[in-house]
Amino acid sequence: MPAEIYLNVAVSGILTGLVYGLMALGLSVIFGVVRVVNFAHGEMMTVAMYLAVVCFSAFGLDPMIMLIPIAAVLFVLGYLLQKGVINAFVTGPESTQFLLMIAIAIIIVNVLLIIFGPDARGVQTSYAYDSFAVGPLLIDATKAYAAGASIVVAAALYAFFRFTLIGTAIRAAADNHTGALVVGLNVQHLYAVTFGLGAACVGAAGTMLILLIDVTPALGPAYTLLAFIIVITGGLGSMPGALLGGVLIGLTEAMAGLVFTPSAKSMFGFGILVLVLLFRPQGILGRKT
Amino acid sequence: MSRKSQSGSSAAGSQITRRAFAAGAGALGLVAGTAPFNVVRAQGAALKVGVLLPRSGYLAGIGQDCQRGVDVAGPILEDLGYPDLEIMNGDTESSVDVARSRAEQLIGDGAQLLVGAFDSGESAVIAQVAEQKGIPFVINIAAAPDITEQGYKFVFRNFPTAPTILKDAFTNQLEIFGMTGSSPKTAVFLHVNDTFGTAMAKGIGVVSSKFDLPYKIVDEIAYDPATKDLSVEVAKAKAANADILLVVSRLNDAILITRELVKQRWTPQAVLSMGPGWYEDQYLKTLGKLSDGPISFVPWYDPNKKLSPVLQAALAKAYPDVNMNTNHIFTFEALMVAADAYKRAASTDPNALADAIRATDITDNVSIGPGIKFDAKGQNAGVKDGAIQNRDGKLVTIAPKEAANAQPDWPLKPYNERG
Amino acid sequence: MGRFDIGLSPRGLTLLAGLLVLLIVLPWFAGDYLLTVLILIFYFAYVGQAWNVMMGFAGQLSLGHALYVGLAGYLTAVLFIDLGIGPWLGLLVAIPVTMVVGAVIGFLALRFGVTGVYFAILTIAFAEFARIGFDHLEIVNGSGGLFLPVAQHESVDFWLLRGAPVMFYYVMLAATVVALVLCRLLLKSRIGYYWLAIREDEEAARAAGIDTFRYKMGAIVVSAGMTAFGGMFYAFYYNNLFPEQIFSISRSIELIIGPIIGGLGTLLGPVVGAFLLTGLAESLNTVLAALGVDLPGAKQVLYGVCLLFVIIALPGGVWPWLARRLGLAEKGT
Repeated sequence: MPAEIYLNVAVSGILTGLVYGLMALGLSVIFGVVRVVNFAHGEMMTVAMYLAVVCFSAFGLDPMIMLIPIAAVLFVLGYLLQKGVINAFVTGPESTQFLLMIAIAIIIVNVLLIIFGPDARGVQTSYAYDSFAVGPLLIDATKAYAAGASIVVAAALYAFFRFTLIGTAIRAAADNHTGALVVGLNVQHLYAVTFGLGAACVGAAGTMLILLIDVTPALGPAYTLLAFIIVITGGLGSMPGALLGGVLIGLTEAMAGLVFTPSAKSMFGFGILVLVLLFRPQGILGRKT
Repeated sequence: MSRKSQSGSSAAGSQITRRAFAAGAGALGLVAGTAPFNVVRAQGAALKVGVLLPRSGYLAGIGQDCQRGVDVAGPILEDLGYPDLEIMNGDTESSVDVARSRAEQLIGDGAQLLVGAFDSGESAVIAQVAEQKGIPFVINIAAAPDITEQGYKFVFRNFPTAPTILKDAFTNQLEIFGMTGSSPKTAVFLHVNDTFGTAMAKGIGVVSSKFDLPYKIVDEIAYDPATKDLSVEVAKAKAANADILLVVSRLNDAILITRELVKQRWTPQAVLSMGPGWYEDQYLKTLGKLSDGPISFVPWYDPNKKLSPVLQAALAKAYPDVNMNTNHIFTFEALMVAADAYKRAASTDPNALADAIRATDITDNVSIGPGIKFDAKGQNAGVKDGAIQNRDGKLVTIAPKEAANAQPDWPLKPYNERG
Repeated sequence: MGRFDIGLSPRGLTLLAGLLVLLIVLPWFAGDYLLTVLILIFYFAYVGQAWNVMMGFAGQLSLGHALYVGLAGYLTAVLFIDLGIGPWLGLLVAIPVTMVVGAVIGFLALRFGVTGVYFAILTIAFAEFARIGFDHLEIVNGSGGLFLPVAQHESVDFWLLRGAPVMFYYVMLAATVVALVLCRLLLKSRIGYYWLAIREDEEAARAAGIDTFRYKMGAIVVSAGMTAFGGMFYAFYYNNLFPEQIFSISRSIELIIGPIIGGLGTLLGPVVGAFLLTGLAESLNTVLAALGVDLPGAKQVLYGVCLLFVIIALPGGVWPWLARRLGLAEKGT
């Protein structure tokens, strides 16, 4: 195969990986701080995707414009979900948290089925088929935009946690729950904010992803799993780690699919996951706790 | 007489007391299971047909589409002079467990005949229950050959098996090559790695050797059904530099693959699909001008048969945005088989019904081929597949000759030149 | 997580015995639909019990238990189809193989210190490996599906497990009872007390000289081996196997909801959970049908909502609450 195929596939894998990374970022924030096993992560993204579809088909609003509004909506949803339902389970056993999120996931998936029906919905923008020709490379325009937006959102989130007061407070609460309480931080509120932020991330990712794939009600679980793989690989609690993990997984699967048989390409993602779990459980950029 | 249709519970006749009681005591699901089984009903009553389809779960789209064939069947069958059918709907939820329970439930509630279930795994399980209970089961759509290889006496399938679909596909391909004067030398085969895709991939080597095809398959690319990104797969296909693209995919993949073909700027001479997706409404609507051209080799209706426009009109009236497709055709025909057998058996006794189905000989049906007739294994070996092509958002039948209503377009118009 | 298990009061024991008698004579006057539903309940009770050994007793959250079901199912099916070996003999191969696989996973996890959610994700990874791997395996027909030859409906062959639902009913009922008895024996034995100690405070247990690695491995291996029977049953009851379905993560999730809802770590938790969940699902179906509601997805939404209620109201599980309420628990618990 000519070399440019490899190059094209690699670039494509990296770009897609960045969008996956944004989605995983949301989970990293939720899991890293609030320590909730959010098995409804993919479903939350599905909700965002449907919102983007509705905004586009009903009002003609491009997802790139709706990025912030939809992320804001998901923030509110996440905040309410955490404060109202999940908070009671934060200190409980993981199996119960897990089951709670499963129940929520079941409800979301089937409500979406009832409202939107089973057929795939998508967004057809005018630039959907554009591609940039850079030398031998043929770069998919929408992928490039989506990847770019992901980097911007991730950077914004990073800045938030690093430079704002509330961001620092959240990091403190994550590092030392009791200490944070002692110091007088409203930990419940902070957790809810964090969950909201995680949801906002996944909302932004979904708004970007709808440009690349169509949404069906049952789309969620595969992405929940992907998010966990990326977060664990990249490193829990590390934001650059989530993006890095996304890129790594995206790239590996793309190349594996090209070199071997595509139907087995996810095995490579899992393979990396197992290796990380065994030999570097804190992830590539994670800190050892 | 008017056709009654209700879902799982009826509000007429002696059913009321039992149903109301069951609903009240439904908390443990116990009573529904202990309901008495009505064997023979008075003549002239409607035949109770249990329809099992995956209306939720991952197959929901297709299941609900098949349901449309059920919903419009009543008046058409009545016009043809067939007796009434009382439809009992059951949702298999795309799961083998549920399919089995639902089948048992419908039979326990008095279903005298079962129809379903689209998915091969679920159909196989329902077949076991039907055979075990001695209730006839007419399969609308399921391509795994194994189902009719078990020596069942009560299971009938009015749908081609995967090997038959392949055989007909190649026959039609040769016909099309002849008509267009084309002779592609190389093909790349892209297929989804699920039940149907694998069955086709397996068969293609065996079956194609029996035909004198002008092309050789230079690369075979299988992809995971769960994958959402097909850029790598299409890149590989493009790299094979073949004349034509052979494909077995599903609806969502078909749309993704087409988009990738556009983005990666590759238009093969033709896209030959031997599965679902490339002709479906969602595909045509979503891709607009980009949907023209692919040829699908699928079990289809014969536009020259009398009943086809009748079914088409009924569907168009009830569902204006929907083109008639395989799901509607074969689900409708399954019900037609049931009504026809009931008319000839003149009894709801399951053995009589099964014998009547065995003697079925309907030539005025909808699908391509000589008609509906079952062999000793319960398979309708006569069903033929057609070749249809997407043209201006509609579908035309280009092969076999006796069922065609248009000439094929060849080659594909380059994607990047379409407005 | 509190006390390990709830002993049964005399009232509780009588109730249990009564239920068992009822279940044994039920086929005489119940329709096949009810039997089918109960077979499902027993299946989930059994596999849930098997899973519970790993989670409730050894504290390892496995989200990939479908791996063992699928492995055993395929193994026994292939032995039957290709070599004519009956399912019971096939188990002699399937159980050791699944135990070895479980041991490998357990070893990797314990030696490398993979616990909690990380262990759960590891189990998911292995199940997915199996799913994709079997999709490409020729000998089981890959994703095309493996079909077992089905006998005619008149014959009842226990040795080859071909026959009417009644036969499967008794087989699964017996299996569930055996699993309960086995777990009870294990719990009351020395191994059981070590498990309790490890679960309550692993550090302290280790300090007291208990080889935690060995006993945790024991729980994992027993759990895997027990699940193997469930796999064999599945294969011979449904007579078709597809990697996409049997190794699917939704299957893994499906079989753990029961034990968690019922009461993690308790003996009767999985059984109560299975009755509750399957009963709930089927009742919702009946109620919705009676109301004339024909909306796909509605049942699942209601199901999810009910689950949510139970989890929020009874996070410790239904069985412990039920036992205390109805006075089925031993005095002092």
